[in-house]
Amino acid sequence: MRHDRKETFGTIAVLLHWTIALLFLGQFALGLSMTKVKGMALQFELIQWHKSFGFLILGLAVLRLGWHLGAGRPRPSPALSPVERASAAIVQALLLAATVAVPLAGWALASTSTLGIPTLAFKLVLIPHLPLVPSEQAEAFWRQMHGFLAWATILLAAAHAGAALRHHLLLRDDVLARMLPILSPRRLAGRQTTTESDDA
Amino acid sequence: MRDLFRVRPAAAIWPVLASLAAWAPPASADALSEAAGRYRIDKTSSIRFSVDQAGGGGIRGSFGAYSGAFRIDGQDIAKSSVTITLYPKSVHANEARMENFLRSDAVFDVANHPEITFRSTAVKRIGEDAARIDGVLTARGKARKAQFDATLRRLSGGSISFHVTGSIYRSPYGMDVGTPIYSNVVQFDMVLNGTRR
Ligand code: HEM
Ligand code: HEM
Repeated sequence: MRHDRKETFGTIAVLLHWTIALLFLGQFALGLSMTKVKGMALQFELIQWHKSFGFLILGLAVLRLGWHLGAGRPRPSPALSPVERASAAIVQALLLAATVAVPLAGWALASTSTLGIPTLAFKLVLIPHLPLVPSEQAEAFWRQMHGFLAWATILLAAAHAGAALRHHLLLRDDVLARMLPILSPRRLAGRQTTTESDDA
Repeated sequence: MRDLFRVRPAAAIWPVLASLAAWAPPASADALSEAAGRYRIDKTSSIRFSVDQAGGGGIRGSFGAYSGAFRIDGQDIAKSSVTITLYPKSVHANEARMENFLRSDAVFDVANHPEITFRSTAVKRIGEDAARIDGVLTARGKARKAQFDATLRRLSGGSISFHVTGSIYRSPYGMDVGTPIYSNVVQFDMVLNGTRR
């Protein structure tokens, strides 16, 4: 197994981060809009896509969690103050947990729904319901929980992305480049001696 | 194309019984010719349907409002006929959300198509007291061939009761929402009670 390099995020971690980030944002937008479309048939289809992508995100997030534990994290960027390090670590741990918890809550919602609509992810994989007892109350609870967690995560992710952009655009350090190697690491490496100008 | 109907196992013995009956001297009056006449489908009937879903279970529902009539020809059963109209707005299901979904443009589209009709085009005796009914089912403005099997349940005086089953593909009617999570086949299970007119 290939372990991530210690100075920066490895290819796998980078790919997982941006794939999950993009899917999560799209999934959030889909979640908000799908129940507001006019046609009931379209609404039904969109909700099925929402569930499908939700399970894709869940799978990737679990993979990332495992990768995180197995491959370890790179040292925090020296550009960060101790307070920033601590808050970044907390926010990232929360985001990591949220990408698992939000789809789990969605799964619980689908499982407790009195409609009992099966999930056939991407029209291919039949995913069983969680062993929860369907009831109007349970469904309402998990709907609220799912929505609440999704909103909380989006707000957290916005703060997280804002902080990354602030580092990149205002403070001009390597924080974002560690996760987005395309941002010419060599140029940054020339300015900052902390990052190896490698292809990680 | 696959058969549109499922023959219930019991139905398989009817042709055998019928051919045995043909050996015997003609019975003075068998059930169906005794039943000859015109009937109105009355409110004690039940029109239930089900759609299987992936992983077991499915949607079960019924129609509360319907009307129709049938004529049984005592001389030639093949000249019998039936028409029935269902009002899908009256659909019953497990919960209101499901009923609203079924009424919506996704399924019955009751706002634009308030009626579902069936008109027989041919009736064929397939057993002592069973018949196969071919006809045209019109839903959402689309007319397609459909087939049902009817078995006599009860005949007494002015009333008659049939058990009618049939399986209909919903995609030809533009009602394929939810496939393949929900089966394309709608199974009808009806008891049609007729009162002689
Ligand atoms: C990371 C993954 C997911 C995200 C970001 C997400 C996000 C959302 C959002 C923002 C909503 C709208 C909530 C509201 O209107 O308050 C929503 C609704 C919903 N989600 Fe998800 N979701 C995810 C995964 C899942 C999964 C895996 C399932 C089911 C297996 C699911 C099932 C649902 C359902 C059924 C609704 C509609 C609730 C309603 O009837 O209003 N979601 N989701
Ligand atoms: C779209 C804008 C985003 C930007 C610019 C961004 C940027 C970054 C950066 C620069 C890092 C590395 C921070 C460090 O070195 O300490 C990072 C890590 C992380 N980000 Fe994001 N991020 C974004 C969206 C998201 C979203 C939407 C999520 C989750 C839903 C997320 C979850 C994480 C997690 C869990 C980490 C920890 C490292 C890992 O396990 O992959 N990010 N992000």
